[in-house]
Amino acid sequence: MSLFEVLTIIIPSTLLTAAPLIFTSLGGVFSERSGVVNIGLEGLMAVGAFTAAISTLGLERAGLGDASPWIAILIAAVAGGIFSLIHAVVSISFRADQTVSGVALNFLAAGLTIFLVKMIFDGKGQTPYISHNIDKISIPGLSKIPFIGPIFFQQVTYTSYLAILVSVFVWFIIFKTPFGLRLRSVGEHPAAADTLGINVSRMRYIGVALSGVFGGIGGAVYLVTITSNYSVTTIAGQGFLALAALVFGKWHPIGAMGASLFFGFAQALSITSQQIPYLDRLPSVIMLTAPYVLTLIVLTGFVGRAEAPKADGVPYIKGQR
Amino acid sequence: MNRLLKKVDWINLLIPVVSVVLGLLCGAIIMLIIGYNPLLAYQSIVESIFLQPYYGGETIRAMIPLVLAGLAVAFAFRTGLFNIGVEGQLMAGWLASVACAIIFGHLPKVVLLPLSILAGGAAGALWGYIPGLLKAKFKVHEVISTIMMNYIALYSTAYIIKNFLYTEGERTPTIPHAASLASPFLANLTQGSRLHWGFIVAIIAVLAMWFILWKTPKGYELRAVGFSPDASKYAGMNVSRNIILSLTISGVFAGLGGAMEGLGTYQYMTINSAFTGIGFNGIAVALLGLNTPVGVLLSGALFAGLQTGGLTMQSVAGVPVELIQIIIALIIFFVGSGYVIKWALGRLSRKGHK
Repeated sequence: MSLFEVLTIIIPSTLLTAAPLIFTSLGGVFSERSGVVNIGLEGLMAVGAFTAAISTLGLERAGLGDASPWIAILIAAVAGGIFSLIHAVVSISFRADQTVSGVALNFLAAGLTIFLVKMIFDGKGQTPYISHNIDKISIPGLSKIPFIGPIFFQQVTYTSYLAILVSVFVWFIIFKTPFGLRLRSVGEHPAAADTLGINVSRMRYIGVALSGVFGGIGGAVYLVTITSNYSVTTIAGQGFLALAALVFGKWHPIGAMGASLFFGFAQALSITSQQIPYLDRLPSVIMLTAPYVLTLIVLTGFVGRAEAPKADGVPYIKGQR
Repeated sequence: MNRLLKKVDWINLLIPVVSVVLGLLCGAIIMLIIGYNPLLAYQSIVESIFLQPYYGGETIRAMIPLVLAGLAVAFAFRTGLFNIGVEGQLMAGWLASVACAIIFGHLPKVVLLPLSILAGGAAGALWGYIPGLLKAKFKVHEVISTIMMNYIALYSTAYIIKNFLYTEGERTPTIPHAASLASPFLANLTQGSRLHWGFIVAIIAVLAMWFILWKTPKGYELRAVGFSPDASKYAGMNVSRNIILSLTISGVFAGLGGAMEGLGTYQYMTINSAFTGIGFNGIAVALLGLNTPVGVLLSGALFAGLQTGGLTMQSVAGVPVELIQIIIALIIFFVGSGYVIKWALGRLSRKGHK
């Protein structure tokens, strides 16, 4: 097999697995930049995936056809946003430990979604498969470009490109707008932001809600492009992988996107390595654990120090120094 | 003694109790909304645990790894560290104990059983030592590093089983009898439950945590670092070394929890594609138990009872067992929001005085 053929397998597969990670880790960027640690990304993805499954099935029945999964992603975004408010209330207003609240959020999401699946589908532990998922396609025009076309524009989904565009958009919001400046100031030095008249709690609520919206989208994209039905095992670690991407990407939107693509690449390699000469001799465990090992190495500072926002994880109490 | 009792902050003790009540109440409301009978559901849980020996035995059996996981989380908490890596440490311990039992299967029971248990503890210790080292030397936040270690454990244990200890049924071979904690006596006593001698290990661990933290100078240091790393450093304590030690001991507890599953409950290890959940439940157990050894024992009993009884609830009252997970999640939220509960209790008691 030539290198070209290898690339036509790995790159589309990378783009596919990276898209949900990109969306979710961008959500993490919003939350943690505002100073709220979000271990609950996994749970938010679960809620998003569950909502996407249920609403796609409903919309299909209503006769919306190919539009169903796209509308379902939007509904999942709203559901994720609402669900994340639990984390916001508990960790911002009630001043609970943010890690504790995030862990509970994951518990709640896993329990609640399967509970509801059993309610809706007469005790079955998984939803039926959706019939209109977002398919892999060849992008008209672009896929005809010699060499580049078959690698980057065949067997891909639009959601992957959307994810990359959105991450540039998020970078713009966070680093080039007054809103972004306020969000970051609340995560770095809430007391200083407060004295300048920025409502710390409100900014943090917005940060967490946005992480819910993006986490919901991430879970929904995972469902409509990859798994097509929801069960206990649908979201098993994707959210924590997105969290790793967020840290690996140094809490920066473009960094998070790059890290997600890289983790997607590692996952794609672990799945396809059997078909690729030389790589088939490498134990798959190396590819599977690579994202986590590399994140640990990055955190040790050998490859440039990764610094979290200064007030990340610290509840803000007015008047306390 | 009287002065000691007065010092106990009653409101702090009330928080877990109020949280449990609120959690169960919310569970009841959910059941009412959907149209189940909450009284029947809770009654079925209580009856099965206390009146049916099988479920009673299974509850104690489920308590063993839960309490050990809870101790692991609580121990690290006391040094100001949040060990989310219990899940991975538990898996490492599980595999190490089973592997040790199989490899040294020819040894007599007096040697093999303690050796296998220790192997589990040692593997857990190693899995806790690494995040400890990363935290002490490179200031890597333990929440992130332990999550990463969880996944490394998940994939590596699966890989090792698949390539070195594989047998039919996607699992390791069954451990030799000489390494087993299972007991026909206990099984008969509880009408065929999987209750095993591991509960003795769990009780020893509870005592060990209390002894280490409150009766030794080293434990005093560990707790001092948890209260204030800066003050401890000023007092001449080696903060880095205490952080490493704390996460390592925490890992030992978690690894022992895994060994109990491997040598007691299952007698083998399956290739896990997802986490066991025991480690994450351990966080709930530790929080509800206020990070004290006795508290962990009590909350471990509560959660084990809820989970075991949840199965009866599903068959008797028809409520999906996932409701238990929802209730546990809500209890964690309530315990975590202790600040608000304290505030509300304060308001209530002030009104009472008027």
